[in-house]
Amino acid sequence: MVFEIIIYILLGIGVFFNILAGVGLLRFPDVYTRLHAGTKCTTFGSIFICGSVVLIGLKMWYQGSTDGSVLAIHTVGALLAILITNPTGAHAIARAAHRSGVMPVGAVVDDLQGKTVKKTGKKKTKGAKKKGVKK
Amino acid sequence: MIEFSNELFITLVFLSLCVFMALIRVVRGPTAPDRVVGLDTINTIVIVGMVVFGAAFDEVIYIDVAIVYALLSFISTLFIAKYLEGGRF
Repeated sequence: MVFEIIIYILLGIGVFFNILAGVGLLRFPDVYTRLHAGTKCTTFGSIFICGSVVLIGLKMWYQGSTDGSVLAIHTVGALLAILITNPTGAHAIARAAHRSGVMPVGAVVDDLQGKTVKKTGKKKTKGAKKKGVKK
Repeated sequence: MIEFSNELFITLVFLSLCVFMALIRVVRGPTAPDRVVGLDTINTIVIVGMVVFGAAFDEVIYIDVAIVYALLSFISTLFIAKYLEGGRF
């Protein structure tokens, strides 16, 4: 009975954070704030939902079914895949948005204006620095 | 298992509501990175929904499908981000 209550609480927390991600995706004014809502809240909610599925698998395993252990272990694998790939994708999207010229909604000055250098430009600056040192 | 299935199906209804809200952002996003953000959110919620489906129907093969879908959606997100960035591949 205590086990079921823990499973219900974990499912409720996960669903609450996923709905919060959807509402934030609709209401925020900007690409970067939408990315903040749509990635972090989804990762945090999926941790709790996968945790409840792991508890369901452990309960099935305790009751004598061998399918339950396989369910729990594979759910941990799916959770690890989410935890590794989701922040990396968010970082790539944010970098692409900044390099394609999207500004935050109230921004006046871009502090990273010339600092994100692409690979072709990097070599030129290195060569210029070396020349300056030699002279 | 039946009383668990009811809880998991209510969870799936709310998750599909989240997918619908992200789909609105994909349809009426002002810029291209907005649409990519909505697509990434839809991918993560679909992965979680597959895990919940696997627990509800007591099938382990759905969770393997979820793992493969996670890795493929990560690759597609990186590819779209590289395309928006405008660099060489």
